[in-house]
Amino acid sequence: MTTATPAASELTPEQRTTYQAPQGQAARDRREARRRRIPLLPALVFTIAATQLPFLATIVISFMDYRALRPDQRGFTGFDNYVQVFTNPAIRSAVLTTILLTATVVIVSLVLGTAIALLLDRKFIGRGAVRTMMIAPFLVVPVAAALLWKHGILNSGYGLLNGVLTWVWGIFGSDSPPQPAWLTDYPLLSIELSLIWQWTPFMMLILLAGLQSKPGDVVEAARMDGAGAWQIFRYITFPHLRRYLELGGLLGSIYIVQAFDSVFIITAGALGTANLPYTIYATFFQQQNYGLASAQGVVVVIGTIIIATFALRTVSSLFDEETGR
Amino acid sequence: MSTHTNSAVAATSFKGSGARKKRRTPEDGGHPAWGIAAWAVGLLFAAPVLFMLLTSFHSETDAATNPPSVLAPLTLDGYRSFFAGQPWPPLINSLTASVVSTLLVLVLAVPAAYALSIKPVEKWTDVLFFFLSTKFLPIVAGLLPLYLFANSIGVLDNITFLILLYTSMNLPIAVWMMRSFLAEVPVEMMEAAQLDGAGLITMLRSVVAPVALPGIAATSLICFIFSWNELLLARTLTSTVASTSPVFLTSFATSQGLFLAQVCAAAVVISLPVLAAGFAAQDKLVQGLSLGAVK
Repeated sequence: MTTATPAASELTPEQRTTYQAPQGQAARDRREARRRRIPLLPALVFTIAATQLPFLATIVISFMDYRALRPDQRGFTGFDNYVQVFTNPAIRSAVLTTILLTATVVIVSLVLGTAIALLLDRKFIGRGAVRTMMIAPFLVVPVAAALLWKHGILNSGYGLLNGVLTWVWGIFGSDSPPQPAWLTDYPLLSIELSLIWQWTPFMMLILLAGLQSKPGDVVEAARMDGAGAWQIFRYITFPHLRRYLELGGLLGSIYIVQAFDSVFIITAGALGTANLPYTIYATFFQQQNYGLASAQGVVVVIGTIIIATFALRTVSSLFDEETGR
Repeated sequence: MSTHTNSAVAATSFKGSGARKKRRTPEDGGHPAWGIAAWAVGLLFAAPVLFMLLTSFHSETDAATNPPSVLAPLTLDGYRSFFAGQPWPPLINSLTASVVSTLLVLVLAVPAAYALSIKPVEKWTDVLFFFLSTKFLPIVAGLLPLYLFANSIGVLDNITFLILLYTSMNLPIAVWMMRSFLAEVPVEMMEAAQLDGAGLITMLRSVVAPVALPGIAATSLICFIFSWNELLLARTLTSTVASTSPVFLTSFATSQGLFLAQVCAAAVVISLPVLAAGFAAQDKLVQGLSLGAVK
């Protein structure tokens, strides 16, 4: 398939009169191809300039000794920064934290999102109200959500979570309820909880849309044939939901790998919760070691590209399904 | 067969199958326990937001109790001290950055999406995937050169520079979304209208607009939300003049010591535009979040 032959109706009247003539066809095709590119160019040029050029600069700086506090020492140092990246235990732990954080949040949000979408796919009184309540966490500005979780919910003295524990224990007549110091004893869990709270609604929305596009007649037919609820879910609903699960997982991963706000606010990277975005930010701003920060950035991008290649293949297959090819 | 007619066929068959598979009505209620469970889960997820809203109207002493003083008297003190802390410049900066960058994104994305759907360029799928692949590039990896560049040409703490960066941040998403909407424009109807001598304006209004406008609305909503929420770029590249509300919120919480009611009031005010827009356009939100894959 090619874009070579434009439909006759798109040609101007002048062009149409000569449309049958074989000579000049190639030139016209080239003109048409050029004309079609024009609306695309501004966006393409802008995107390349704003995303690819800074990254090229990052690569160059990653091979330099470039520290804001020691301007006299600036110069190329080969792979020194990369050696530091791979030998520094703090960075290795940041890689692990990033993987753990992303995987936990994406998987738990997907599972909860699916379960809640299945609940909301039924008719019940106040369905719209419940849907609206479910969306609310996703619409709280991430910085505000992180502050709310840190100070309002997980605070060991007066946070909502420990407050509820006091209530519940009080109901059973106990005046010594457990009062965990969530932020210091379970720092990574604290971040995960706040992110799961924000991202479950996202997954739920995508999966609910998936459920609602499910052909009803197939389910009806299966029920006629005596299929049970579990069989319908296992053999009809789940296969249909698969592409929506993949879409949610992919988009969620893109955003949560880059999660900065919650780590920055809830723990400020302390107690082993520094993920890669936070670590790079700290190398850049607190240590002002620009060369090392750039090398970290390059390593992150290479890791992301490896994961993204698989992810993009997934999107490709979704995309082919959508365009019907 | 040209890509053009091919995509037209694809678009019609997609629409066609949508119309054939009639959308399923929600499953019948079944046991009322399911409805109760749904309400319980909804309330659980909304509880932190409701708690935030309630606490923002409490006094600081009532906000910091264990267990929480749900029935404490309401006051506007939290909001008063929030608005006494000069929140207007950052709020206005956020609004400017979000609205202007969203408009810029649309100006760039709509023609690009047109060139990827209605009259596609050669290898349009490759171009489309290039746009998506830029979203995999972590912002933090390009942050340092952007900082050094802004520093050298003197645009640190400049709202225009931030607007351009937000535009580049949201453009790939917008191109994807707009393409998936414009792919549903009935191209053969456009051609028929053209043959009948309809002008460009008439054609845009009667054939393209009905499909494109919901797409533009969904795209705008998502771009607005992402720009409004952004912290990392704003924190790195602005300081006093051009700082946005998320930056203000981080500094507010640290400089005031811990005042939960004030923090909650601030969080409510700054989340309000997103909450309002998102609640008002729930369906657009789903379309936008799935990059237009779910309609």
